[in-house]
Amino acid sequence: MATPLVEMRNISISFGGVRAVDDVSIDLYPGEVVGLLGHNGAGKSTLIKILSGAYQADKGEILIDGKVADIKSSRDARDHRIETIYQNLALADNLDACANLFLGREITSAGLLDEPAMEAAARKVIGRLNPNFKKYHAPVSALSGGQRQSVAIARAVHFDARILIMDEPTAALGVQETKMVAELIQQLKREGIGIFLISHDLHDVFDLSDRLSVMKNGKLVGTVRTEDVTKDDVLGMIILGKQPGAAAA
Amino acid sequence: MSTVRGIFARLEIDERLLGMILCLVGIWIGFHLLSDGRFITPRNLYNLSLQTASVAIMAIGMVLIIIIRQIDLSVGSMLGVTAMIVGVVQTFWLPQILGGGHPMIMVIAVVCGITIGAALGGLNGLMIGYLGVPSFVVTLGGLLIWRGCAWWVTQGQTVAPLDENFTLLGGGVYGTIGETASWICAILAAIVIAFAAHRRRRRHISFGFPVRPAWAEIAVVAAQCALPLGFAAVMNAYEMPAVAAQKLAEIKGWDIPEGGIHIFMGIPIPVLILVALAISVSLLLNKTRFGRYVFAMGGNLEAAERAGINVKRMTVWVFILMGALVGISAIVASARLQSAGNSIGQLDELRVIAAAVIGGCTLAGGAGTISGAILGAVVIQSLQSGMSLLGYDASLQNIFTGLVLVLAVYIDRLYQQRRPG
Repeated sequence: MATPLVEMRNISISFGGVRAVDDVSIDLYPGEVVGLLGHNGAGKSTLIKILSGAYQADKGEILIDGKVADIKSSRDARDHRIETIYQNLALADNLDACANLFLGREITSAGLLDEPAMEAAARKVIGRLNPNFKKYHAPVSALSGGQRQSVAIARAVHFDARILIMDEPTAALGVQETKMVAELIQQLKREGIGIFLISHDLHDVFDLSDRLSVMKNGKLVGTVRTEDVTKDDVLGMIILGKQPGAAAA
Repeated sequence: MSTVRGIFARLEIDERLLGMILCLVGIWIGFHLLSDGRFITPRNLYNLSLQTASVAIMAIGMVLIIIIRQIDLSVGSMLGVTAMIVGVVQTFWLPQILGGGHPMIMVIAVVCGITIGAALGGLNGLMIGYLGVPSFVVTLGGLLIWRGCAWWVTQGQTVAPLDENFTLLGGGVYGTIGETASWICAILAAIVIAFAAHRRRRRHISFGFPVRPAWAEIAVVAAQCALPLGFAAVMNAYEMPAVAAQKLAEIKGWDIPEGGIHIFMGIPIPVLILVALAISVSLLLNKTRFGRYVFAMGGNLEAAERAGINVKRMTVWVFILMGALVGISAIVASARLQSAGNSIGQLDELRVIAAAVIGGCTLAGGAGTISGAILGAVVIQSLQSGMSLLGYDASLQNIFTGLVLVLAVYIDRLYQQRRPG
């Protein structure tokens, strides 16, 4: 297979003597979705924060496109085109979709905001991801959960993310909304973007992921192909930390 | 009702602003009838605009403070201490150095006022943004501290008389720009409004975005143009008192025709200052990154931080802006009174916050407009001025203003609940 988009090799990090992440290696290929599973406190969020630049590993290395990447801050991560979509979406509720899309990176001309230019760009990128999206001028507080996800994802995509980290992307959504996000993720995969889905709930990510990496107590239990395993196999990995016999990938 | 709403929808007018304007018109007509026709007169409206200016200038800054989910209770006291220092500088210090009546006295006094205000505001901002002390506490402390300092500046003595050029900024008898200049300003304003609307419409069409129907656009622009023109007409209808006119003509060396000279006042300087500030800060708030970040901070502070906005520094800048506006307000208020006493600006913080809140700022943050806050200031001042015209004393004025504040917010709440989003 081709070079992985991301390889995190033998990553370890400790906080005050506690090994939050202990010698974990995971990888991600272009156009692939990898679900990162584990209980709260299993170390999955800490691991992914090392990739997004919030923490720095004590040991191990990160390779982007096969080259060692030194990610020291969220700015460095952004320079490597890594974008994170947080669980609470990090949208300003009182601003509309365009304003949120460009928050912190507004287009200006002669020092003033160029609203029409931003709106045109927003319509292009959101329309591509979610053709049904219409409410460009409503504050995002008036949008449904799925529409808000569309805005958050469009924000990452518009700024050329190649590696997307999504923290519990469907946790608070209804059935229809979850379907909408699933379609968004399919669309992103077709565009060759690699996605890490982080969740403590297997059902949220099982159908969306190509592979699943399971963590427990800071260690990697194993990585499996979703098509090779059942949900029960994976539950066993999450709860008991045991590798399903033949299914290891 | 639905067709009325349909028309408003086509016009894309802010219903809230329209409601407030109607409310204000109602208050004015009410007072006019109750006072046997003494309220809606050029003279009373002229005085009303003067009385409103000081609070309205501060309300501009309070809008930004409230949008970022902070509060500033210290503005009245900051105004007090700033006015006292500016008074001392122009009355006791500068005349000794420059000689009394020197034209630079006014300039230095103004720079002094704005600088002191901005510095005090910046101090608030540093403590709130970087030290993390809640703004309510910092500015409650400031309310006491600066009022005390205002007394210490002169041990409680009132500073008077202020520099003659300086008092023009308060809009007294001579503090206007005159009849001709008023018309020129109003016409220029109308041209700018029409031109900006035209440009915006063309740009929207070029991007293929929906625009208002032509008739609606013209109606809205016409209404907006009517405001400066109407205001200039009213101010120009107010004739300067005969004695003052006589004196002005003598100073300027004009010929006095038979039957006395008739001079019309025109737009008072403090109102011009208010309008200039309102436009500048509106642009800042609605057309720049700075303003966008102000709104973002009120909507979701964490999101703003994650988007790379330096929210601490932003907080300091918003408070500096508030302070600078307080400084300008101190200049206008003391110039109008032609003196600086240590109680100047007392309770102004409450009028300023009330103006912003009546004007649509929600204390939960993230929402507010400058035009609304100025309208709020006009509403409050109209109530106070109207009631004193009717002979009610200050205690009743306060009771009534308080009731209106609570009622306005309650009505707004009902309105918001009825129409979510």
